[in-house]
Amino acid sequence: MAEKTYVEDIDRSMYDFRYDEKDAYRIEEGLDPSIVEQISREKNDPEWMHDFRMKSLEIYNHTKMPDWGPSIEGLDMAHIATYVRPNTRMANDWDAVPEEIKDTFERLGIPQAERKSLAGVGAQYDSELVYHNVQDFAEKLGVVYSDIESALRGPYADMIKDHFMKLVPPTDHKFAALHGAVWSGGSFVYVPKGVHLEIPLQSYFRLNAKGAGQFEHTLIIVEDDAYLHFIEGCSAPKYNVANLHAGCVELFVGKNSTLRYSTIENWSKNMYNLNTKRALVQEGGKIEWVSGSFGSHVSYLYPMSVLAGRGASSEFTGVTFAGHGQNLDTGCKVVHNAPDTTSVVNTRSISKSGGISTFRSAVVINPQAKNSKSSTSCQSLMLDSESRSDTIPAMDVKTQQADVGHEAKIGRISDDAVFYLMSRGLPEDDARALIVSGFADNVGKELPLEYAVEMNNLIRLEMKGTNG
Amino acid sequence: MEPLLKIQGLNVSVDDNEILHDLNLTVGRGETHVLMGPNGAGKSTLGNTLMGNPHYKVTAGTIFFNGKNIEDLSVNERAKEGLFMSFQSPIEVPGVSLSNFIRTALEQRSGKRIRLWDFKKEIEQKLKVLDMDPSYADRDLNVGFSGGEKKKAEILQMLMLKPSLAILDETDSGLDVDAVRTVSSGVREFQKDKDGALLIITHSTRILESLHVDATHVLVNGHIVEDGGAELVDEINEKGFTRFEEK
Repeated sequence: MAEKTYVEDIDRSMYDFRYDEKDAYRIEEGLDPSIVEQISREKNDPEWMHDFRMKSLEIYNHTKMPDWGPSIEGLDMAHIATYVRPNTRMANDWDAVPEEIKDTFERLGIPQAERKSLAGVGAQYDSELVYHNVQDFAEKLGVVYSDIESALRGPYADMIKDHFMKLVPPTDHKFAALHGAVWSGGSFVYVPKGVHLEIPLQSYFRLNAKGAGQFEHTLIIVEDDAYLHFIEGCSAPKYNVANLHAGCVELFVGKNSTLRYSTIENWSKNMYNLNTKRALVQEGGKIEWVSGSFGSHVSYLYPMSVLAGRGASSEFTGVTFAGHGQNLDTGCKVVHNAPDTTSVVNTRSISKSGGISTFRSAVVINPQAKNSKSSTSCQSLMLDSESRSDTIPAMDVKTQQADVGHEAKIGRISDDAVFYLMSRGLPEDDARALIVSGFADNVGKELPLEYAVEMNNLIRLEMKGTNG
Repeated sequence: MEPLLKIQGLNVSVDDNEILHDLNLTVGRGETHVLMGPNGAGKSTLGNTLMGNPHYKVTAGTIFFNGKNIEDLSVNERAKEGLFMSFQSPIEVPGVSLSNFIRTALEQRSGKRIRLWDFKKEIEQKLKVLDMDPSYADRDLNVGFSGGEKKKAEILQMLMLKPSLAILDETDSGLDVDAVRTVSSGVREFQKDKDGALLIITHSTRILESLHVDATHVLVNGHIVEDGGAELVDEINEKGFTRFEEK
């Protein structure tokens, strides 16, 4: 048997189709006040939002680039179009969506998924939502699921104003400031007190335009004693110029509520994915992050949970797969701000063909967070000797009355395991793919079945190749 | 008719240490052979070599299986040819159920899709033979299985995959009396199908008590020191390996 396994790069044809841009409007590349003014005008912002954008741009201009993670030198803001509007209005009927855009989402399985198992769907194409729909039963429960732009002018306008970028202020970091200046699209979800939405809502983000950025904003407010599962998916065709994703997700979880936020991210490998996600959890509430990161050239992604009320908890389950040319810096952050709070972090990173996968986490237990518990477990799997995997867990514990644990494991696929599976008739590739899928099963088993299947297909595609 | 397995003058090394020396062994179709010997004699080395474990290097000799020299075949190609090995300590694979794994393996071997209904019926019947709860079929492969359950799951795979030669590597070790009996009835079920041959590697005789045995080989220090019939098993049962070790 060959000693070395050659593993081909992913066949991305399923995600890699693209259409000519028939944008109704594409803003010129670069970033200056006139561009932000134009976006604000295009979007018919209320005055406070216009001012917020201008202020954010100022912050952006005097904030330094992050200098502690993977290199983002290849990202030149002077060549990114921050706003590209597709040639359509938002519809709540797939038939009303233009053919090419509809075809894009059909190939990604979005309308099919809606019919089968979702309470609501949003689909964003470049900078704007092209489709949004909520099932009647969810609407009757009082659940609101809309684009942010309409919510800004509707009955929830004040609620948006009270929450928008309050959890992730533009001063947080350079790309949060950028987001504040040029954000467009995304979703607003409101789940009233006591409502348990048993089936998920989903948003899908597709960036078709070349050399463009996507800056969608997701704002979810779950009132007390409620339940919501929100799923987001993202993909883009590959171009030979840099694309940028700097979305922002703000989640407010009420008392004794649970919000599960699942993501399967499969951006193309020219994407700089500099996304910010944060949840604020009240007493007895729970945030559950389920995160699969497969795509992008460079990622900085660390969903953060702020446990603000007694007994609040956070669970983070993630898998990151870095292949050739990818440097994925992912992990999470938890801040324990109240007594009896709990956090669990369970991640798997996989790297192959020179890919770099870094797990970075920070757990902060503040003095008032007595009797809090935190446990972190991260495992890495390197599929060859040219790939890298690092683990950078930080802990800042400011009370003695806390129980904090951390465990890290870095390994390779054992020859014995491959031999065992091959002895049953599986070719070497399949044996390795099966082991990797099994390794990523912490996330697989947290996802609804069809997403788990999609994730395993991604792994299989990544692992496919020949022995040489 | 040509034998199913013909090993001639086989030398095998692990990390440059020669473990097996000039080994000869012939197994006919449907026959049950027992390979016995004290710990460290090289019994498992032979099993692993036949299955193609890359860690074991053949430095001399030939292995013909089904009339074909299998030296250059990969592990999965050997499985396709009809070889099977029951592992001493099978690995745990989360994310795939025992039954899906067996189905995948069957489809890989035959290149055809398996009809789900027939498959389900068959696996249920085999689980019964092995006194395994049907829920095992849906559990992740070997995950959280006890030692005995893992061994039974190996025998289940053998019964479902129907190899023409199954190597049982210390399948009885570490099992209690009841589990040995169950595993043994699984092996008898396999013997009923006259096409399947067995090479049972063991250092004890417990698993053999209720099995028909065609031939016994005693392996000491990498040499086969004696070939015989079922009566050799009885002798070893009574007197141990001392007589052979003095050879």
